[in-house]
Amino acid sequence: MSAEAVKEASMEMQKKMIAKNYDAITSKHETGRKVASTFVPGNLNELLMCFDIVNNLPEINAIQAGMRKASGGYIMEAEKTGHSEDVCTYVKCDIGQMSKGNIAPNGKPYPNPDVLMLSYTGCYTFMKWFELLREQYKCPTLMLHVPYEGDGHSTKNMRDYLVKQLKEVVIPGLEQVSGVKFDIDRLRQYLRNSAKAEDDLVWCLEQGKKKPSPIDAYFGGVYYIGPIFTAFRGTEDAVGYYEMLRKEVQGRIENHQGPLTPEGTYFNDQKYRLVVEGPPNWTNFREFWKMFYDEGAVVVASSYTKVGGLYDQGFRHDPDNPLESLADYCLGCYTNLNLPTRVDLLAKYVEEYEADGLLINSIKSCNSFSAGQLMIMKEVERRTGKPGAFIETDLVDPRYFSAANVKNRLESYFQMIEQKRRGGGSKTVAA
Amino acid sequence: MRCFIGIDLGSTTTKAVVMDENLQVMGRGITNSRSNYDTAAKVSKQEALIDTRLTLFRRGLGSVPEVTGKIDDILFDLERNFRHVQFLEQLEDLEQTCITNIKGPRFAGREKAVIEALEATFKRLRDHSASQFAPGVKRKSDFFRDLAGSDFMHLGEAVCKEMGLGFDLILNVYDKSIIEVENRPPSGDMEGKFIRALEKGSMANNLILKPVQDALAIPLEETYVVGTGYGRVRLPFPKEHIRSEILCHGLGAHMMYPDTRTVLDIGGQDTKGIQVDPVGIVENFQMNDRCAAGCGRYLGYIADEMNMGLHELGPLAMKSNKQVRINSTCTVFAGAELRDRLALGEKREDILAGLHRAIILRAMSILSRAGGVKDQFTFTGGVAKNEAAVRELRKLIKENYGDVTINIDPDSIYTGALGGATFAVRAVVN
Repeated sequence: MSAEAVKEASMEMQKKMIAKNYDAITSKHETGRKVASTFVPGNLNELLMCFDIVNNLPEINAIQAGMRKASGGYIMEAEKTGHSEDVCTYVKCDIGQMSKGNIAPNGKPYPNPDVLMLSYTGCYTFMKWFELLREQYKCPTLMLHVPYEGDGHSTKNMRDYLVKQLKEVVIPGLEQVSGVKFDIDRLRQYLRNSAKAEDDLVWCLEQGKKKPSPIDAYFGGVYYIGPIFTAFRGTEDAVGYYEMLRKEVQGRIENHQGPLTPEGTYFNDQKYRLVVEGPPNWTNFREFWKMFYDEGAVVVASSYTKVGGLYDQGFRHDPDNPLESLADYCLGCYTNLNLPTRVDLLAKYVEEYEADGLLINSIKSCNSFSAGQLMIMKEVERRTGKPGAFIETDLVDPRYFSAANVKNRLESYFQMIEQKRRGGGSKTVAA
Repeated sequence: MRCFIGIDLGSTTTKAVVMDENLQVMGRGITNSRSNYDTAAKVSKQEALIDTRLTLFRRGLGSVPEVTGKIDDILFDLERNFRHVQFLEQLEDLEQTCITNIKGPRFAGREKAVIEALEATFKRLRDHSASQFAPGVKRKSDFFRDLAGSDFMHLGEAVCKEMGLGFDLILNVYDKSIIEVENRPPSGDMEGKFIRALEKGSMANNLILKPVQDALAIPLEETYVVGTGYGRVRLPFPKEHIRSEILCHGLGAHMMYPDTRTVLDIGGQDTKGIQVDPVGIVENFQMNDRCAAGCGRYLGYIADEMNMGLHELGPLAMKSNKQVRINSTCTVFAGAELRDRLALGEKREDILAGLHRAIILRAMSILSRAGGVKDQFTFTGGVAKNEAAVRELRKLIKENYGDVTINIDPDSIYTGALGGATFAVRAVVN
């Protein structure tokens, strides 16, 4: 496990893009660029780009800390200052990191943000998190309030409400922070890039329907969604990244190959096809992934790869209706969907991707999304007739990853699928 | 004979079941898991094979009309003598190991005296073993460590006192050696030991000699072994020989009670709620997460806190007619609540009844997460032997799910191994 992970060219490219963005963030004093902190679901990257603002995402910083095994210490630090054990560990990782010098992955300190761009899309913790950051950084907060799709769909009123906020609060606020005048044609150009990248992303994700699947839509999926969910949507770099990713997936299809594992082998011997709900665990990411491919389980579709937009369900950023499409994008993020819509989507994935069942990785410290997951599992089982399973880990708190326990449940689940496939047992057992 | 073996490596004990190709259980074996799963697997397997021999003897003796009605006594006698032969062999090993472990500065100049004390102690152990294995004597434990250990303590102490030697010297070598002996794979030659046992026994007459020898001549071929339980990855088996204990428990419960649809297993470190289909295949399951509160170890901890034996908890709780409410299923907090209640003057039995209820409430929550309780319901694992836990479970099942048939097999500790053996048969026969 200690050996360096083998990476594809697209992963290396993404790594460089991320490094470049961290350099842009940490060099703001030299370059004079402004920095916004914002969240993944409902992030308005194209809009920020219109003001030359650099996008810094605390969630991604927490993931980075988790994968670099630094999150545990940060979380304990935050607990020392009074944040309880039950608080979202992304938040605690971020808060703890601040009191430990707030050092970015490039080794330089994060500068204070100039603005907190709070697009609220279903996770109430986002609001509390930025309240804490506002206190710390004493910078303006721009809130885009996205109404919850409680009835399973958005309305014209909701869209209008969002566009109005963009026009009256967000855009003037960003102009003020940056000193750059808003240019809608610049936004249109970025959105054109977004849509192009989104087309390629959707194509890649849909290849999970093939057998063997040339992608892993969860462990591989977190890399595939990286640029589009973060600071790169709308950039030429992202367009290039998705062209490269598409070529890699195409190449694997031609060679009947599965996705590349971190050990450098193609995962071709796929025995189980899963749909996964919930984010992965980041502190033991490779160990967690290994538990799947060692047993022959590939993830063909996941909801986590939709938290920053449900592009596979038809949504595209639209240069002809720029502000309206930003509104639609925020409304349609997975985090803003109600439980019946999540059930519909997951059941549809199980069927369309011909999966063996739904696996839920429930996050211990995520109160927003863990609620109702057992109900989701039972309902998807009922509708699809395919067995579900439930495991529990955490985002970036290493204390909540119990490898033996998780492995035990996963192996039981895979063996259960295997048994069911054989039609359950044998004649000799007839009682 | 083709033998299909299931081995369940639990956190506390390791169990093995031997089946023939017709899914008939031929033998069962159990041992403490120690911290050495390899040895535990070997010992439990050998125990199950010994038990298999006894089953074969029983079959052989069934065809001898003269012994009709006496077979149980004959087999009991044979096993008793066999265990004695086995015990003496291990005692011999322990003595040799103790002598080789006499080294280091603390023994300097006293080696001879220590050897003499050990030899005298082991002689007394051997002499005393005859009474331990005498007809009609109930032994406190079947594990060598327990049997040899308690005798060594009082016989060794007496010898040292007589010789004017510090007991701590021989206790020191004993402590080092018992672990070595316990972790040594048992020596083979089971057949030879049975022959010696036959010779020792009072029943060694021509009537039974032939059928027993015939049964001993049947080769026990290890056709397929399936491992399960937390220690399963330690087994030197190929991957396809390893099955999850959830599947094994589901199938094992089905083998014992074919109409089982819901299984609750409370073991040492986990509680599982399992739903099975009509052929014993798991449909759904839930387990305790991240924390083993409410499992068997919880009772072990409480027993220690109350300075009682684990097996004494249930009977004492049964005496209660007023239950004290214990809100915590956290093992350590429950210990704190327990002391608090005792200080408040609550009776031990009432507190214990509350603790048993707390465990079962937690199990009920796991069951409901696993999809509830369907008819028939089978309760397995070490805690199923605890009558107070069973009483609470029956009550709560009735309150929540109405009249459901509840199955509890006295041998339910073997459920996982039974499921494993069944998988072994299926892997080869089907």
